[in-house]
Amino acid sequence: MAETGKGMEKTLVQSLRESGVSRRGFLKFCTATASMMALPPNMAPAIAQALEKARRPSVIWLSFQECTGCTESLTRSHSPTVENLIFEHISLDYHHTLQAAAGEGAEAAREAAMAENEGQYIVVVDGSIPLGNPGYSTIAGISNLQMLEETVAGAAAVVAVGTCAAFGGLPHAKPNPTGAVSVSEIVKDKPVVNVSGCPPIPTVITGVLAHFLTFGSLPELDALGRPMAFFGKSIHDRCYRRPFYDKGLYAETFDDEGARKGWCLYRLGCKGPMAYNACATAKWNRGTSWPVESGHGCLGCSEPDFWDAGGFYNALSIPDSDITRQAVYVAGAGIALGAVAGAVNRSKQARAREEHEPVTIDDLDKRS
Amino acid sequence: MSEATLERGLNAFREQMNAPIASFFSSCVNCGMCAEACLFYTETGDPKYTPINKLEPFRRIWEQEYTLWGRVKSWLGLSRPVDDELLQAWEPLIYDGCTLCGRCSMVCPVGNDISYMIRCAREGFVAAGYAPDGMKNASRRAVTIGSPMGVKYPALAAQIKHVEADTGLSIPMDVEGVDYMALLSSMEIMNFPEYLGALARIFKQAGITWTLCSEAFEATNSGIQIGSSDIAKELVNRVVVAAERLKVKYVISPECGHAYTAIRWEGPNLIGRPYHFKVVHILELLEELRSSGRLKTEGFEEARLTFHDPCQIVRKGGVLEQPRNLLNMVAGDVVEMSDHREMNWCCGGGGGVSAIERAEALRLKVFTRKKSQLEELNVDTLVTACANCRLIIEEGLEEYRMEIPVVGLTEMIAEHLVGDEKNE
Amino acid sequence: MSTPVDFLLWVRGPGFDIALAVFIIGILIRLLEMLMLGRKPDYAEPRGAELGAGLRTLLTRTLPEQGTFKRSPFTVVGGYIWHIGFFISLLFFVPHIELIDAVIGLSWPGIAGNLIDAVAAVTLVTLIAMLFSRLTHPVKRLLSGPEDYLSWLVTFLPILTGYLAYHRMIEPYPLVLGLHILSVEILMVVFPFTKLMHAFTFIMARWYNGAMAGRRGVQS
Ligand code: SF4
Ligand code: SF4
Ligand code: SF4
Repeated sequence: MAETGKGMEKTLVQSLRESGVSRRGFLKFCTATASMMALPPNMAPAIAQALEKARRPSVIWLSFQECTGCTESLTRSHSPTVENLIFEHISLDYHHTLQAAAGEGAEAAREAAMAENEGQYIVVVDGSIPLGNPGYSTIAGISNLQMLEETVAGAAAVVAVGTCAAFGGLPHAKPNPTGAVSVSEIVKDKPVVNVSGCPPIPTVITGVLAHFLTFGSLPELDALGRPMAFFGKSIHDRCYRRPFYDKGLYAETFDDEGARKGWCLYRLGCKGPMAYNACATAKWNRGTSWPVESGHGCLGCSEPDFWDAGGFYNALSIPDSDITRQAVYVAGAGIALGAVAGAVNRSKQARAREEHEPVTIDDLDKRS
Repeated sequence: MSEATLERGLNAFREQMNAPIASFFSSCVNCGMCAEACLFYTETGDPKYTPINKLEPFRRIWEQEYTLWGRVKSWLGLSRPVDDELLQAWEPLIYDGCTLCGRCSMVCPVGNDISYMIRCAREGFVAAGYAPDGMKNASRRAVTIGSPMGVKYPALAAQIKHVEADTGLSIPMDVEGVDYMALLSSMEIMNFPEYLGALARIFKQAGITWTLCSEAFEATNSGIQIGSSDIAKELVNRVVVAAERLKVKYVISPECGHAYTAIRWEGPNLIGRPYHFKVVHILELLEELRSSGRLKTEGFEEARLTFHDPCQIVRKGGVLEQPRNLLNMVAGDVVEMSDHREMNWCCGGGGGVSAIERAEALRLKVFTRKKSQLEELNVDTLVTACANCRLIIEEGLEEYRMEIPVVGLTEMIAEHLVGDEKNE
Repeated sequence: MSTPVDFLLWVRGPGFDIALAVFIIGILIRLLEMLMLGRKPDYAEPRGAELGAGLRTLLTRTLPEQGTFKRSPFTVVGGYIWHIGFFISLLFFVPHIELIDAVIGLSWPGIAGNLIDAVAAVTLVTLIAMLFSRLTHPVKRLLSGPEDYLSWLVTFLPILTGYLAYHRMIEPYPLVLGLHILSVEILMVVFPFTKLMHAFTFIMARWYNGAMAGRRGVQS
């Protein structure tokens, strides 16, 4: 592989050593990765071996309509972690938020990387793509759509990082002023892995990359294109508060008895039952905690349209519209229509009574 | 000359529709429980006798013409019509297969008053020409001769003579200004003249002023049974005119159940105004005399007795306690049937069924209900208060070879009058 | 894009709005087209008052008449079980209470999910047995038409899908939750045009029955 824009060729293990990560720490990561991805434990050495040997794959990171939260999630851990080292290890040939170069220089780097690694590089996308006015989001004067199409053309695979890239996310929320769409709406002919979450769990991003490095292939995906290993089970299924849900013990405010006792947060709007993500097991901030553990319901951020799924503090079962008001209007209409129907019936009844011909004993029989 | 037509029948169904019937039809969940209340189903096991099923033609008119959805269905051609064929097929269900006993109306879980609906639905059947010949003829006789059994005044006069000779009392006729005007059913005149004698003796003892009316002595109303309000009105009007002409305060309905329903509950609505007199059932009057001490009896029946509640007097007439109080006055050993009072079982001959010749086999079949009720009790005598029930029960008992005498309650009371020379 | 979440959002959004509109408008039309037919005045001198007797029948019809109970215990007991089960599941499952609270602002204590689960299971089994009886009992079979089976189906499906959703037996969850809500919406749409209307009109029916009998001095 030819020298690309960033540093010398090193194996992953080398760069880890240099950053002070011990071999033990590295093996621990491999074991953790194996278990996260639901691989048998004896796969950990295989992962380690593969990763030790792995060459740096070329990665082009495109940021479209996004908030940088996804990048932050991955890069702003307090101290060096295996995750962000793996991240650093990859040959990040283009990331316009992180790289020093800008403008035409940066675009040149992107084009060079594409040409050199034709058919092998990975495109990571964060942010959604506006299909409305192309001017809504451009980089170096190139529209997001154009850049994505161009860049993906020679890619081996695309990883859509974050809910915006995976499902449209916040920009796609009603009324979707920019006409934002997800990566998979545009990229139809390349494998797309959706690592959703707002932001996504860092381990999941690195896990997917590790999988690619180890096996040279993409992990098994669910119906929404998300890695099964991380998204195969719902928050609710893995939630430690679940026994309270089953017993009907709920916190009703954020500071009531139930909240203090750690009861289920369903009534406070927890979307855990419909959210598929690994928060409950992977946790955040290096395993410190996760939303439900900290006492706040899950927002369901890994799911399509979670911004439009009703108030964050409304229980999952509550419809989104203003039903009470609607019911009043509809009742008005119902009464009006009912009065019409009733009047029609009454006039039918009255007509029948008018047309009544008295029955006498002479017309008890039918002639003919 | 006019004739019955399908169109007139359909129009009658339309006329009958009202809020209660609409709410009944739309409430029915087809649970089938009404079948278990109806002796025509319980005794034959034939599901076509399920009460609500008897209303299918009427139900279709309701659905197709009085509901929004039904109208849409008809426009789409999805509903089945009400035609001559249907009415013909249903005629034996709504007439031969229903005595208007009202038992089904007591059990429907959603509260449907099915027998009321059947009464209303008969209006459509008769206007369309689908009424049984027996009932048509009874109506013709009632209108032209004055009584469904063809009893004319001379026949009554002859019976009066016998009664007067028997009791030594005179039977007042066409007397103005008395308190009470008594009515009779032709069945009583012909088959149970004892009733008239009993009245005379009881009224004598109680000091009641009363009269019969030569122009309106017949209490039964074939119009109600065949389901023609027009005919019923004509018949009821005779009584009303006579009673108001004689300026009586009360009209006494005889024991006959349907007569009571006709004159007491339907009459004012048929003529479209309240009466200027009150209607009392003979048992109501007797109970009033008893409780005010004007009815004095002595001695007790020794036989083991039970009382058959005539549907129209008890369940549909509200005369529930009176017969029991009166019976206890003269009988010591009274037992009740397993289902009694408002849950009694019909004799099988009400609602005009007794006038339908072709229904005889069915009527005797469904009598098995009364039969088994009686078998459970092992009584010596059956007391009732309806001439029609009495006749039907006697026929049934004969058919099934059961030796139980059937007695009218009023006569039984009369037998026990104090100081009555006929009293042993 | 059409994901299970889109489907869920549709049934919870526009779908629910449509169903609610059809439900409310339909019921009001049905009630008014009935009530406005009125009753003719009754000139017969009453023996008793209508009001009290009507109200009493409204209550007493909730219990079966003894003889009828003995003759059709299955219909009576089955009817009780599934009606009660249906209403327990509807009214005491906490997510439902949240919904009711959001719509009409009333709420009450719920029952633990696993109890509701047992109730729903019993209800489902009973409903199946009721269907079997409808198909086999001669009277019910004769009386029943497409409308009866449709009514059964739209009553059965919400409980079935609710059961599946509670146990997360169809993945992903938004799909099964969406199906559950959709089945309820189908129930709401079908409701005003079928015998399901009895849930409202039984009040009228029982009252009229009781009142008409009460006038004659009989408690029906
Ligand atoms: S807190 Fe949320 S995810 Fe946890 S059990 Fe309750 S509803 Fe499910
Ligand atoms: S009992 Fe009532 S609800 Fe049941 S089938 Fe008969 S009329 Fe319908
Ligand atoms: S009124 Fe009596 S005979 Fe007629 S359907 Fe009802 S229960 Fe049967």
